[in-house]
Amino acid sequence: MYEGAVQDLIDELGRLPGVGPKSAQRIAFHLLAAESTDVGRLVAALQRVQAEVRFCVTCHNVAETEQCRICRDPRRTLDVICVVEEPKDVVAIERTREFKGRYHVLGGAISPIEGIGPDDLKVKELMTRLMDGQVTELIIATDPNLEGEATAAYLARLVGPLGLAVSRLASGLPVGGDLEYADEVTLGRAFEGRRRIDA
Amino acid sequence: MYLRHLQVGHFRSWESADLALTPGPTVLVGRNGQGKTNLVEAVGYLATLGSHRVSADAPLVRHGASQAVVRAALRRDDRELLVEVEINPGRANRVRVNRAPLPRPRELLGLVRTVLFAPEDLALVRGDPAERRRFLDDLLVSRTPRLAGVRSDYDRVLKQRNALLKTAKLARGNALATLDVWDGHLTELGGQLLAARLQLVADLAPYVAESYAGVAGPGADRAALGYSSSVPLAGDGAPVDPARVLPGAEELAAALRERVAERRKDEVDRGVTLVGPHRDDLVLHLGPAPAKGYASHGESWSFALAVKLACFALLRADGDDPILVLDDVFAELDSGRRAALAEVARSAEQTLITAAVAEDVPAVLLGTRVQIADGQARILPGEPTEESAATGEAGVDGG
Repeated sequence: MYEGAVQDLIDELGRLPGVGPKSAQRIAFHLLAAESTDVGRLVAALQRVQAEVRFCVTCHNVAETEQCRICRDPRRTLDVICVVEEPKDVVAIERTREFKGRYHVLGGAISPIEGIGPDDLKVKELMTRLMDGQVTELIIATDPNLEGEATAAYLARLVGPLGLAVSRLASGLPVGGDLEYADEVTLGRAFEGRRRIDA
Repeated sequence: MYLRHLQVGHFRSWESADLALTPGPTVLVGRNGQGKTNLVEAVGYLATLGSHRVSADAPLVRHGASQAVVRAALRRDDRELLVEVEINPGRANRVRVNRAPLPRPRELLGLVRTVLFAPEDLALVRGDPAERRRFLDDLLVSRTPRLAGVRSDYDRVLKQRNALLKTAKLARGNALATLDVWDGHLTELGGQLLAARLQLVADLAPYVAESYAGVAGPGADRAALGYSSSVPLAGDGAPVDPARVLPGAEELAAALRERVAERRKDEVDRGVTLVGPHRDDLVLHLGPAPAKGYASHGESWSFALAVKLACFALLRADGDDPILVLDDVFAELDSGRRAALAEVARSAEQTLITAAVAEDVPAVLLGTRVQIADGQARILPGEPTEESAATGEAGVDGG
């Protein structure tokens, strides 16, 4: 145990996701040794996040204005919505530069153990967006784990009556990977989702 | 298959242990509390990623240490594999095979196969259904490693569904809207698990009958297995009929779905999932009556032993001898049962035996002896004891 302020800092850092007690200690001593301007920048960044970042009123992605950058972008099509769990998933999909539609960030996945049901996610907001008649296709890009699949199945049922095209991201083999290293579930899914090659 | 070398670090009472092993029987001898069982428990951990004595990993790590390591050189199909498991309680374990890390520890399952017989196995006959389900599922995974994923997904869905049912009771309203989704997962995975269990029980039953006859001697009641399920199609607990065509996973999933729909109201009232393989039981029959509650103490021991010998025979029939581990059991058995067990143990490719005193172990199994004392494992020089000398070359022959 360290004295007062140092231990407080270690404890606070240790509460962050992915930071264990050892890492927390390392970061704390790094900060102690750092220039005060560097620490000042970090403090300012933390405070700005608290004060300025909001969630987009349309898609619930992180934003600095009322609407996020993507929702404001007139070049994005209005007829396709891609549903993801977290803002980081938006960033991941954006890196592909393949998707030209807009997003909807649920803020998690259905998980009764953690007390998260549809009402705790931005599902109602999604339904409102889908009702406006512009959207013709919904792509469900929740994580391919049990909770993500459950959320996808739930959304598919809910959206079904609206008559939209609903799809789920494919599961399968990683590009550039080796078949032999794939686990049996992934390989099984890849078989299920195989595609015909047009000669 | 056999282990050629076993090393443990910070495992249970062991600071470290390093033990060269050979095919044939090896007896670990030492006074109580010296750590004999801990060593064979480590071998069992490599096979099941769990202990036969405790359900959590924390007690496996030596007091004061943050992780335990079990490392073994395994000879299998004329190849040598180096298997390493790092046990990190509260965090993910790390597993390496031939120094290459496995992406998921459970991919190790099925590589090292053991059949472990210990005093705890009496619970197979006398204990709760949960003991027998765990036994069945462990054996399933060891034969078909793919099912480890099905089993853990099923457990996860079950937890989620139970959590939902509990809150649904209080909240009502929209909470139940997602129940259908979990039902879909539950019945699909449950169907697969049920189909696999039924096949396993059917495969195992003839070996159990045969082993029990061998253990209990002539004139004993006939032993049989049955599967009792919350899904009527899967079984009512009666002894399995070898002529029965088993229902497939999809058929069972459909039956399970129907049953879940029937019990929906009860489930919501009680806040728990009432149908599925997690409510089922393996029924052991002895003559006309179920063994549980009717079998005598001696019969219960015989049955537990027969089930384990049947596992050994089943895995052997699959192609490769599993490693037979006999933890402190000879002292519990009478001479007839000892002889039956010794007969199988002698024929196994490798048998690891623990005993407080060597006199408890039948002479034919006194091959290599390892003295466990004061935190050391020492291989004793191969001088024959009086018993093995009396039975001629048998002790050496077995080794």
